[in-house]
Amino acid sequence: MTSRVAGRSGKQAGFERAAAPAGGTAQSRNRAGYGLVGPGLVYLLVFFVLPVFTLLATSLYVKPPGAEVGQFVPALEFGNYAVVLGGYWPELLRSFGFALLATVLCLVIGYPMAYLIAVRLRGRALVQGLLLVLLIAPFFTSFVLRTQAWKQILADEGFLVQALKTLHLMPQGASLTATSVAVVAGLTYNFLPFMVLPIYANLQALDHRLLEAGRDLYGSDLAVFRTVTLPISVPGVLAGTLLTFIPASGDFVNAAILGNNRNTTMIGQVIDSKFMRVLDYPGAAALSFILMVAILVLVTLYVRRFGTRDLV
Amino acid sequence: MSPRSHPSHRLGSRPDATPGPRDPDVASLVRLARSASAGRVSRRSLLAGVGGLGLASLLAACGTGGGTTPAGDGESSGQLTPAEDRSAEDGTLRWSNWTLYLDYDDAAGVYPTLERFQGESGLEVTYTEDIDSNDGFFGKYQNQLSRGQDIGADLITLTDWMAARLIRLGQVQELDAGNIPNLANLLPNYGEVEWDPGRAHSATWQGGFTGLAWNKTEVPRGLRTLDDLWDPALQGRVVVLDEMLDTMGLLMMADGVDITGDWGDTEFDNALEVLQKHIASGQIRQVKGNAYKEDLISGDALAVIGWSGDITQLNVENGDRWEFALPEAGGTMWADNLMVPMGSSHKANAEQLIDFYYDPAVAAEVAAYVNFVCPVEGAREEMEKIDPQLAQDPMIFPTDEYLANAQIIRALTPEEETRYNESFQRAIGN
Repeated sequence: MTSRVAGRSGKQAGFERAAAPAGGTAQSRNRAGYGLVGPGLVYLLVFFVLPVFTLLATSLYVKPPGAEVGQFVPALEFGNYAVVLGGYWPELLRSFGFALLATVLCLVIGYPMAYLIAVRLRGRALVQGLLLVLLIAPFFTSFVLRTQAWKQILADEGFLVQALKTLHLMPQGASLTATSVAVVAGLTYNFLPFMVLPIYANLQALDHRLLEAGRDLYGSDLAVFRTVTLPISVPGVLAGTLLTFIPASGDFVNAAILGNNRNTTMIGQVIDSKFMRVLDYPGAAALSFILMVAILVLVTLYVRRFGTRDLV
Repeated sequence: MSPRSHPSHRLGSRPDATPGPRDPDVASLVRLARSASAGRVSRRSLLAGVGGLGLASLLAACGTGGGTTPAGDGESSGQLTPAEDRSAEDGTLRWSNWTLYLDYDDAAGVYPTLERFQGESGLEVTYTEDIDSNDGFFGKYQNQLSRGQDIGADLITLTDWMAARLIRLGQVQELDAGNIPNLANLLPNYGEVEWDPGRAHSATWQGGFTGLAWNKTEVPRGLRTLDDLWDPALQGRVVVLDEMLDTMGLLMMADGVDITGDWGDTEFDNALEVLQKHIASGQIRQVKGNAYKEDLISGDALAVIGWSGDITQLNVENGDRWEFALPEAGGTMWADNLMVPMGSSHKANAEQLIDFYYDPAVAAEVAAYVNFVCPVEGAREEMEKIDPQLAQDPMIFPTDEYLANAQIIRALTPEEETRYNESFQRAIGN
């Protein structure tokens, strides 16, 4: 009993000692904090806040009569939103569908990988390092090139399709590229590291003694995982799913390279074509804004529901 | 080494970057600063310039910024005026072109004809292969173009329809025919285009055809009409171009439309319906740009709507596996055009270079490398000396018979351009 009290007071003393040399008042510390945040805030202001306002303004522009290609004048035409929503809601829904599928697949594939590296292989630094390098190595190649490589792997005359056809696992006339399967597979592959790394970072810090305690209390491996490991790793899972879902829903490279022109178009492709080909800047801006707001709403709902505070 | 071997090796090499800043806003500021140190500009106007630059980069960071509205002077005063020509005192020239579009010597790492031009003229040319799509080029520079500012290039190379747009917008300078005597060598069928009467603003660089191409082993009977593309045996193995005018031009010609004449919405919509039908049925695997070549190589595509010079190059690189032909109902003919943007202060230098490349001997040398249609009269005779076989190639020196079956699509009005682009993008799923 006495030892516990002593221990606690010792800890408090430690805190005081740590705080004292930092010196100064809370006010001056705050000022230093703002100073450090300053560059980040300016950066965000210039490269995020201002562009968002321009985007919003552009989305309301109209084409004057007899206008040149790509010429618009400032206006407040909210009808632009109705037009693009009416025309492109299927692509918008499809983007979120594909992104959701890819996120779930990434989680199913990525969680065991992260678990293996961070928990099972703990203490075997060499193997751990090797697996991490393997995981990150694809990043050393360009995103577009990796997706192109997938196109070769899935090509009609490629090894995979030929093998599947020989084994009668795939009908003769069928293809893998130019299908939604290929697009989701490409998204899953390209965003997998974004899922694994946050979960890995989280599990890396997992205290082994908690797992031992769980087993000491006669928990089965599954029960320990379900009641200890999984809840603790929720912040990692949350970060991973967000890092995967958000960029995946706006992605257009995978759908452009691995998809077709029938039923795989994602909203990023529409925005790209409106901006670069049709030169319909208000339409492209309105779609971008809708995409941004939709993601914001979805993410807010998701974080509210599964937010770390409620679970841990 | 034959000039046609290993074109892929040429890809990586490119000349050194432009000396000085490439960004036009920064470059103009540097010029301002230099003249300031020479005492020609007051400190205040320099500071104003710095402020302006800050604002300009802010707007640039905001994406479409000023791009969506015609910049002040573009609209109010209507007309852009050419930048003052400083060619006499400044012997430099910056030329923006597409990749693999100028003869290149792998071993020496130089562009032989360009080297010779520099030697003869004493000019210093910065050659950059930075144009990879017309839309991309326009999207990137339209802010500066619409204000008549320097875009960091004195000579640009763009396809007919985009050249027509820039000329219509008054964003390129009028050329002085007196400085380009060799322009008389331009082949008659390139000489008269409705979007640039008398070729006052443009000179053809190279041309090409849009037609059908197929894998000779998988499609032994070949393709003669567009209907052959819709053969059930080719289900899911057909790729067509995402360049609207190319694909739609061929589809309309298959319907018997005269694409040089006054076709309109009905003809366009009918052809678009055909395209949509075959996309929906899965007959057309994908609609894409340059990447169709990769599909031919991988075998995903067995039959395509493609460009003539590409097929020649593919056959050189991958063994003689494909054939190109114009459909019986006709193919389209296009060209890329050299132009001088309003903001360039080296027009006379640019004209000197155009004149050099319109010399038949030089033109033949370029054609022997790039394999596209050579627009210069007399180059064929010169080619006989370089490579007699190439002199007989109808893709480089088209015969009258070949030309009779190829049309140049008429120019579109701005409204048509917007509407057709939009419907086409919609039809191909975007």
